[in-house]
Amino acid sequence: MEQNFFPEHKYITRAYIFIIFMMTLTGFGQMPIFKRYYIADIPGLGWLAEFYLTHYIHYIGAILLFAIFAYCTAGYFLVGRHTFRLTGPAYVRIILLSAITLTGIFRVLKNLPDMVFSPNFTMFIDISHMVFVMIFLLAAAVFLFMKTGWLMPK
Amino acid sequence: MQKLSRRSFLKAGLAAAGTLGTSGLALPASVRGADTNELATLIDIRKCVGCEACVDACQEVNAHKFPEPEKPFPKMYPSRVKVADWSEKRDVRDRLTPYTWVFIQNATVTVNGEEQELSFPRRCMHCQNPPCADLCPWGAARKLENGITRIHSDICLGGQKCKAVCPWKIPERQTGVGLYLDILPSLAGNGVMFKCDRCYNRIEKGELPACIGACPEDVQTIGPREEIIKQARMIAKEIGGYIYGETENGGTNTIYVSPVPFETLNKAIEKGPGRPHFDGVEDAMAHADNLAKAMIIAPLAGVAAGVGRFYKAAKNLDASRGKEGKR
Repeated sequence: MEQNFFPEHKYITRAYIFIIFMMTLTGFGQMPIFKRYYIADIPGLGWLAEFYLTHYIHYIGAILLFAIFAYCTAGYFLVGRHTFRLTGPAYVRIILLSAITLTGIFRVLKNLPDMVFSPNFTMFIDISHMVFVMIFLLAAAVFLFMKTGWLMPK
Repeated sequence: MQKLSRRSFLKAGLAAAGTLGTSGLALPASVRGADTNELATLIDIRKCVGCEACVDACQEVNAHKFPEPEKPFPKMYPSRVKVADWSEKRDVRDRLTPYTWVFIQNATVTVNGEEQELSFPRRCMHCQNPPCADLCPWGAARKLENGITRIHSDICLGGQKCKAVCPWKIPERQTGVGLYLDILPSLAGNGVMFKCDRCYNRIEKGELPACIGACPEDVQTIGPREEIIKQARMIAKEIGGYIYGETENGGTNTIYVSPVPFETLNKAIEKGPGRPHFDGVEDAMAHADNLAKAMIIAPLAGVAAGVGRFYKAAKNLDASRGKEGKR
């Protein structure tokens, strides 16, 4: 993202990558795998086996990502769109991130008291959230290899 | 609160004669057809005589749900993953197991200066906001609208996360059964988690849960939660007693009333694996619920920051475009 209208993008990009990494880590940490496979035994990684802690970190990551997405969207619509346009890979990322966000929102709603979803819908959002993340990670790896960004000059 | 139909009465009579068990006891009239109401059970500790009729009834009525593991078990990798096999110890009745979903806990306490032996059934608390169901990564543990928390044995992989996050460590694992056998039996999963499902299938048919119907002392009552809470408070006021479950873990659908403080009971009971405590329990999901509220504010804050940051640049851009247009 070499947007001259957006000098803080370097910091935001770093924060975005770090948060996505932490979200992925804590998301997979919701499955009981890190203790089983000794990853939580590595000094400094014991917290990965703490389900409540990884859950809180995942929620905090979602809060930060929501704020970053909203900030960047405002910047794009107010200024960026006049001189830049979204690339094809950007649309792919946006679609996948929207799917992850939507299923994540339903997952959070399900966890609230007095909120009961049907068993099938519950399982659908649980599994689809994870599947969308895996597709997103695959797509992100491909885009990283291809060195494709989010924006290109008009 | 419990009303028996003629059929139920006859069957209950036969059960007392030791022939039919608890098969037809009907739910209270206030509960029948109220699928969307959260139902709670009240356990009046004063009444329990520790006869274990509830344990027998639970095991008889739920026998078809119990695990029948395939042996030998798949070799587990890595080696730290231990099998949990209760199939040869089905007669264990002094703790929770995959085959004992309710058991009788005993406590010797002093009531009004007199030493007393108290006994009471222990099983899943059926939390109002159950961490086991909230944090299950597969959706195998679920809360139903009628307040039951149920683990679906066809979906559960036996990762035991529900037990790790349960404030009372209720669910118990049986290796050698379930979906994991069809996926990666050596590398992922380790069986199925089992616990009380409050006889969800009987409640669906308008029948009492087995442990409630079988109790000769009417220790347990089932009804809409608000009515159960009222009843618990009334009894507690009457006897100068104590309530457990009304606020523990944010509120549960298993409410105990005791003539002695639960701190006292907690000290007197045998605790450990399969033997839940009576400690005070904070709402395990409260922090997550607060963070969920922050998720609503975050995008609004992001938009506000973005507009504040870019509004002036957007105005300047519009002005310069306007000038260009005039030229």
